[in-house]
Amino acid sequence: MKSLEELKALREKMRSQIDNRSVAGADETVIKVGMATCGIAAGARPVLDALLDEADKRQLHSVSISQTGCIGLCRLEPIVEVFKDGQKYTYVLMTPEKARRMIAEHVVNGNPVQEFLIGEN
Amino acid sequence: MRELALNILDIAENSLAAGAKLVTLSLWADFASDTMRIRIDDDGCGMDEETLQKVTDPFTTSRKTRSVGMGLPLFKYSAESTGGCFSISSEKGKGTSVCAEYRIGHIDRMPLGDLGGVVLQMIAMNPQTDFLVTVECDGKKGVLDTREIKEILGEIPLDMPEVRAFLKDYIRENLVSIYGGRL
Repeated sequence: MKSLEELKALREKMRSQIDNRSVAGADETVIKVGMATCGIAAGARPVLDALLDEADKRQLHSVSISQTGCIGLCRLEPIVEVFKDGQKYTYVLMTPEKARRMIAEHVVNGNPVQEFLIGEN
Repeated sequence: MRELALNILDIAENSLAAGAKLVTLSLWADFASDTMRIRIDDDGCGMDEETLQKVTDPFTTSRKTRSVGMGLPLFKYSAESTGGCFSISSEKGKGTSVCAEYRIGHIDRMPLGDLGGVVLQMIAMNPQTDFLVTVECDGKKGVLDTREIKEILGEIPLDMPEVRAFLKDYIRENLVSIYGGRL
């Protein structure tokens, strides 16, 4: 069973790593998932989990993933906003699979997935 | 909503929007009396008597994007449709408490769902807020207090992948195992 003692050991291990990561900064990508009642009911949680899992698997340290409230277009939820290279991209009607593809093609390779963007729907 | 855990996430988001420093979530279940209670307390901005009267009306909301607010009405419905009950109390400047009680065996009771995932998401996505989560089922009890965890971690943030991985296991073994898939 996991105990808080293990967490202490983990902290010691992490201390040495933390400095290397905070270097990123400037070219950071910010990803926000709408997590109000509308988003949650439409399935935003699995989408958020997929994004976190994919970012973790690919060791994307310059990506910050967070949640936000109602973005205002409830019928297009789950909505994911990506802020990258000074631009905002709004992905709509997302699923965990689409989210993984978006990470691979847009966040990693720099090509927005046009067919998932709001303008295309 | 297809899982009570998602309702919990939604209600906890209200607490965060109210600027809560500490959100207390407790799940209590007793199979002998076929009763389950979900309770969320916060020390956020609270609301006045007039708002409190209207808050379970779906056409009342604090958000500006549209005039419909389904969070509390859906949570209330989820409890009352099982023959349980719902209550909310609040004091301006002090905080808000929401409590829903369910008949566990009622055919209309939604499954609890991925409570562990919801708890992990709440605590990792809102590092500025503290959470006290307790799960009690048939006399067994599990607790997660982010104040304790932050004290141990010091300057290391809660959303680091390694910390998330630890928390995920910790939640599964210390909170979810208490009711172990029976809810």
